[in-house]
Amino acid sequence: MKQLIVSPAPHFHSGDSVRKNMLLVIIALLPAYAVSVWQFGWGALITTAISVAACVLFEWLIAKYILKQKSTIGDLSAVLTGLLLAFNLPSNLPWWIVIIGALVAIGVAKMSFGGLGQNIFNPALVGRVFLLISFPAQMTTWPVPQGFATSYVDAATGATPLAAMKEAIKSGEANVLSELPEMWDILIGKMGGSLGEVSALLLLAGGIFLIATRVITWHIPVSIMATVALFAAVTGWAGMLPESVCTGEYVMLSLCTGGMMLGAWFMATDYVTSPMSNWGKIIFGVGIGVIVMVIRTWGAYPEGMSFAILIMNACAPLLNLIRPKRFGEKKKA
Amino acid sequence: MKATFSIGGVHPHDNKQYSVHQPITECPLPAKAIIPLVQHIGAPAQAVVEKGQKVKVGELIAKAGGFVSANIHAPFSGTITKIDTTIDAWGMKMPAIFMDVEGDEWLETIDRSKDIVRKLDYEPKYIIDKVQEAGIVGLGGACFPTHVKLMPPPGKKAEVLIVNGVECEPYLTCDHQLMLEHGEEIIIGIQLLMRALNIEKAIIGIEANKPDAIKHMTALASKVLGIEVKALKLKYPQGGEKQLIDACIHRQVPSGALPIEVGAVVDNVATIYAVYEAVQKNKPLISRVMTVTGKSLAKPGNYDVRFGTPLTEVVDLAGGVPEDTGKVIGGGPMMGRAMSNLDMPSNKRVSGLLFLPEAESLRQEITNCVRCGKCVGACPMGLEPWLLSKQAWHSMWDEMEDHNIMDCIECGCCQFTCPSHLPLLDYVRMGKAKVGGIIRARQAANK
Repeated sequence: MKQLIVSPAPHFHSGDSVRKNMLLVIIALLPAYAVSVWQFGWGALITTAISVAACVLFEWLIAKYILKQKSTIGDLSAVLTGLLLAFNLPSNLPWWIVIIGALVAIGVAKMSFGGLGQNIFNPALVGRVFLLISFPAQMTTWPVPQGFATSYVDAATGATPLAAMKEAIKSGEANVLSELPEMWDILIGKMGGSLGEVSALLLLAGGIFLIATRVITWHIPVSIMATVALFAAVTGWAGMLPESVCTGEYVMLSLCTGGMMLGAWFMATDYVTSPMSNWGKIIFGVGIGVIVMVIRTWGAYPEGMSFAILIMNACAPLLNLIRPKRFGEKKKA
Repeated sequence: MKATFSIGGVHPHDNKQYSVHQPITECPLPAKAIIPLVQHIGAPAQAVVEKGQKVKVGELIAKAGGFVSANIHAPFSGTITKIDTTIDAWGMKMPAIFMDVEGDEWLETIDRSKDIVRKLDYEPKYIIDKVQEAGIVGLGGACFPTHVKLMPPPGKKAEVLIVNGVECEPYLTCDHQLMLEHGEEIIIGIQLLMRALNIEKAIIGIEANKPDAIKHMTALASKVLGIEVKALKLKYPQGGEKQLIDACIHRQVPSGALPIEVGAVVDNVATIYAVYEAVQKNKPLISRVMTVTGKSLAKPGNYDVRFGTPLTEVVDLAGGVPEDTGKVIGGGPMMGRAMSNLDMPSNKRVSGLLFLPEAESLRQEITNCVRCGKCVGACPMGLEPWLLSKQAWHSMWDEMEDHNIMDCIECGCCQFTCPSHLPLLDYVRMGKAKVGGIIRARQAANK
């Protein structure tokens, strides 16, 4: 008889793989991306293509020539980073800025730590924040959605809903609020903002798809959104909003704009940079929710999701010290 | 909603379709047999026969080597040829009795009729003695001597007997078929054990993928006071002792403690059938039902195999080793052992033979841990496999002990679920052996 293969148990595997998880996240992003293309036209397509291509290329080059490792681009994580980076950029961003963002995301935030699994901070967000600080003008000029625009860089631009809101809170002038889009437009993505953040409804659907396919668990997104909703409601009850805005509207606005859906479902849930135990995830989510609302209410930026996630990324190793609930653990009498 | 255990668990495909509902078939007698003297947890049994001696089926050939040990009886009639060492199905070198099989002559005291004996008015001590004499061990896989469980230590009281009919390992169907064919005997066996333990209550846990067994056992149990059948949600490792107790009576056995701590005694349906045979038929444990299965096997099925039968004979019965075989597993795919060859004899521990095609036999390439935490979510004991495996890699034994590595039940959920295909359990098992050694050494030093 021929030789048998011997190895310790288990002899069975779920069939799960890193590549499969990355692919499912990419699939979950596609419906929202379709809306972005519809709203922002060629800009959305070009920016995404440049970002994805640059991320994959940089990862391949760094792995081959600097780290001298086996290439890891097959696991699709670089494609996902590129896609998420593009989702976080204005669709009319000049191509060379996109490439710089990709270099920072992959080169600095990911590969310098040793590649997938080793990085502390979400690579796409590091890329985005680097660009936001380095190119503040370009990074905060949002093209107005106009239903498949064919022009790329010369699109008409306008403020994001949260920027308008912040202006209104600061100046106390209620007429700024006329710039706010209708609630339905917010849900389907007819508003100014980063390329991929506009369709709250479809991002939410993508997130639910990820929970259904067991790629992510509910803990992080739900704790973020619950915290943000509560914080926004308290702001309303404390009388900090302009009179013409009701509390409910502000809660919805807080949840559906400013990259909240994208951040909560797709960026904060990044495996590598989030905690592993359920309680760790909940605290992580609450932390993001509080920080983002503090930034939005008192900080210099109208949005702040990127900063909130990056700050909590830094806390993830600490949160990993929280142990999961053990079987048969003695309850304290 | 169906009951289940509270922490972790995974959902492997059950793959029971190959051998399910195949009637239990007796395996023909071999010409020669090797009977290992360690077929249980505890001290090896001591041979009480000599070279050249003739024995009948059911005769005691090796006596238990202590309280936690088990008798071994002749599974065949014939002549003892030598007492030597052998390699058993788990790959362990151990003492064994070699014999030539001649005919099939049974001890006259054994009732070989098919009649069901329903007598119940025994003294508890009589039942326990019978179980001990018959060499009955837990046939669910652990092979812990059953009589030990029937004698709770002073100060502990059993309240409920939990009967394990879960069979959560994928592929295996032997317990399922046993419940269908010998359900009534199992119910009588349960009543005997309830009497031995002096308790009023028993719960039979069966996973939802065996609806006919649930229905059959429920109908049988309804005629008896105190026995209840619980349909359990399909989730691995539902049949783990601690998980099953949690699912059935919502009590969690504390870390390091035995089920009796929460008033439970757990026995597998196959073990209980053996108890019935020992008490009512005077038949010692000399055979067990094994599932022989696999995608490419010609005749997968459930075979009644006497201990000591070379596994090759069992395989021939099932149609021979398939061409594409890469791995042969003794037991199920989650916790079973891969065997290096099939010349070894069957024993009390091997509940199945699974033939995996070569394509499914090799592990996938390992990639970086992406810290997804899926292993943490899957661990039914609430441990952190990613951390334990890293600690084992770095020889951090004290830290591993602090992170409760000794709680690990080696169910394999972590490695099953890992998207990076990391050999988590390999490391955890290694660390567990090391930490266990350190703990024992410390206890010995402190005495």
